[in-house]
Amino acid sequence: MSASPERAGASRPVPIRVVPAPAAESVEQSLYEVRRKIYPRAVHGSFARSRWGLVFATQLVFYGAPWLAWNGRQAVLFDLAARKFYVLGLVFWPQDFVYLTALLVVSALSLFLFTAVAGRLWCGYACPQTVYTEIFMWVERAIEGDRPARMRLDAQALGPRKAWLKAAKHGAWIAIALWTGFTFVGYFTPIRELVRSAGELAFGPWETFWVFFYGFATYGNAGWMREQVCKYMCPYARFQSAMFDRDTLVITYDRARGEPRGSRSRKADPREQGLGDCVDCSICVQVCPTGIDIREGLQYECIGCAACIDGCDQVMEKMGYPRGLIRYSTENAMEGAWDARRIARRVPRPRVLVYAAILCAVALAASLSMGTRAPLRMDVMRDRGALARELGDDRIENVYRLQVMNAREEPLTLGLAVRSSAGLEHLEILVEAQALELEPLAARVIPVRVRAEPEHRHGSLPIEFVVTARGAGRGEAPLTLVEKSRFLIP
Amino acid sequence: MSDFTSPFWSLFVAGVTLVSIVACALLLVSMSRRRVSSDPEKTSHTWDGDLDEYNNPLPRWWIWLFWITIVFSIAYLTLYPGLGTYRGAWGWTSTGQYRSEVADAERRYGPIYARFAKMDLVELARDPQARAVGQKLFLNYCTQCHASDARGAKGFPNLTDDDWLYGGEPAMIETTILGGRNGMMPPMGPALGEAGVRDAVNFVRSLSGLAHDAPAAARGKVLFATYCAACHGPEGKGSTVVGAPNLTDSVWLYGSSEATLTETITKGRTNHMPAHKELLGEARVHVVAAYVYGLSHPQATGVLRVKSTP
Repeated sequence: MSASPERAGASRPVPIRVVPAPAAESVEQSLYEVRRKIYPRAVHGSFARSRWGLVFATQLVFYGAPWLAWNGRQAVLFDLAARKFYVLGLVFWPQDFVYLTALLVVSALSLFLFTAVAGRLWCGYACPQTVYTEIFMWVERAIEGDRPARMRLDAQALGPRKAWLKAAKHGAWIAIALWTGFTFVGYFTPIRELVRSAGELAFGPWETFWVFFYGFATYGNAGWMREQVCKYMCPYARFQSAMFDRDTLVITYDRARGEPRGSRSRKADPREQGLGDCVDCSICVQVCPTGIDIREGLQYECIGCAACIDGCDQVMEKMGYPRGLIRYSTENAMEGAWDARRIARRVPRPRVLVYAAILCAVALAASLSMGTRAPLRMDVMRDRGALARELGDDRIENVYRLQVMNAREEPLTLGLAVRSSAGLEHLEILVEAQALELEPLAARVIPVRVRAEPEHRHGSLPIEFVVTARGAGRGEAPLTLVEKSRFLIP
Repeated sequence: MSDFTSPFWSLFVAGVTLVSIVACALLLVSMSRRRVSSDPEKTSHTWDGDLDEYNNPLPRWWIWLFWITIVFSIAYLTLYPGLGTYRGAWGWTSTGQYRSEVADAERRYGPIYARFAKMDLVELARDPQARAVGQKLFLNYCTQCHASDARGAKGFPNLTDDDWLYGGEPAMIETTILGGRNGMMPPMGPALGEAGVRDAVNFVRSLSGLAHDAPAAARGKVLFATYCAACHGPEGKGSTVVGAPNLTDSVWLYGSSEATLTETITKGRTNHMPAHKELLGEARVHVVAAYVYGLSHPQATGVLRVKSTP
């Protein structure tokens, strides 16, 4: 495609040519394409090892975490019905949702940072779509064999052997998918209870739905959809390209070194034959999970999994050439033939530093705030129905509700006091003594009465409730909360 | 839809909906393929003379998703009410769903209340679980008038003392909450006249030992026997049968000052406690009644211990 020379003289009238439609040559065109199935070849090497390392790390956490116990309860449990979210020693309430926001902000900024430094690292190594596809492809290879065997099998007519292999593969996939769905639900319903109710076939309707829905999504996405999720469905895949700059490390084919490509004998000197280092073996294409040819340059389909690097390096070693015909490199480095040190010097550039600074600031602020989170919350509400009560002895009584929350997993004993900056005298607070013992993780409404001598004052005067909370630990300093309210005198 | 007087709008809405669905299907068919000149890789759209637009086809399963939405909409409109006044094959209604959810909640909480229903009120007032449930119900439904601490407000009785307008026996508390009460003190101003009201006020204040004018109270005593004793009793001790307050104690629903008493006697008072049988149901009222009984019987239940801070 090239711009028309006509554009130069924009003010000139553009002559219109009437071209008769070539009716005889017209062809049918489909606006929807049938997916070409991709058969990625198995690959070994340092990047494949890191990818598998992350598969094990992430899945050990995902499948393992619900089985851990803490304080006599499940260590990681999101109890939606009770609106309490347990993460190891921490208990989050709906009031703590700001920490979820902080977590999402940290995740987004990490994505920006990693992408600016080294491209789609998340996509290539840690994204669940990649991780589960990796697991499912491993199962597929173990049952059906590697790329050529799978292609042969799919070309065959359905016979007993093919039927058995396909059934075995899908059976294994479904088993993994159901276990994944079960584990997912285990984060919301205690997983040991789930095991018991699974034995009795007594799942609730929502648990059943989510086990099968999450299982189906895993099976469908990792077994059938694969690269199409990244190409057509994932928004992050697309916007990460906007975070690339000329110093971002992306998987790059060294065109200058590789071209002109061509097959040759291992003993022959390519320079004599006028060839580059690329032997055109197409291994980089065969191992690619999205089915692209990296030699055509950076493409939006590339998820940055580095399988082509591992594949090419093996071929280069066999040929006795230096590794790294396909490698992590930057646009600037390719143009200027930079070495690794020079590339590394461009990593701390303003964009990266700004991302890193904001990331650190948000993470630090969130951890500080979480570390100093009060285990007690209080809200004071004046009774609206009864404005003020006249006691016989010239004193006035107001009624309040204290909404208190014990965010700790231990009982708290409360102490109540009330004070006034408006100089109200003889303030007194009355409450059921028993109401001051707060069970672990309890939210409670405590009605209290406050009495004062008005001494000719009228209207609404400010008062403050002071609550001290003491845990079971004796040596611990009591926690103090102050909450403002108003005292009404008729 | 039944709000419309003519069937036109129902047919109009149904027609627009169906035509839209059919139009979507036609659009899908017509837009999935088309004829282009020569090169199937290109759309044969050419801009500025030589700028060709390439064909970037969507995955074919996307078009299946579009077809699924059409099938879904037809199934949905068959099963649920969506086409004009058509009621849907499943006969779903929002009120029906509300009723079934209420029934679900009854099934879930029924067993808890069934256990409470078997216990008598005095026993229930000592049960910590019942007290917690009762307090929640009380805070939701009763505090607008009786205040969060149940000590009431002007015109609304204090429920924590041992003075009861209609009787404080457990069964009577439950009856009051279930059926509500209408308390009516008629205006006595016209019958007594201004001087008569003043005399009656002085007599009423004398009953509970408040400061009063003795000669006026003596005149008031005669008026009281004629006009007030029918409800408040000859000694002014009130009657729980009609809900007339005891005038000899220190508990005052509206206040004991001369001004307030003058207003009460001249203009009368109307009190209304709404019935809760329909709103809460007997099972819940039983638990609230036990909570209320417990409030005025701290010795029996050990609930109340007032604590004051320096």
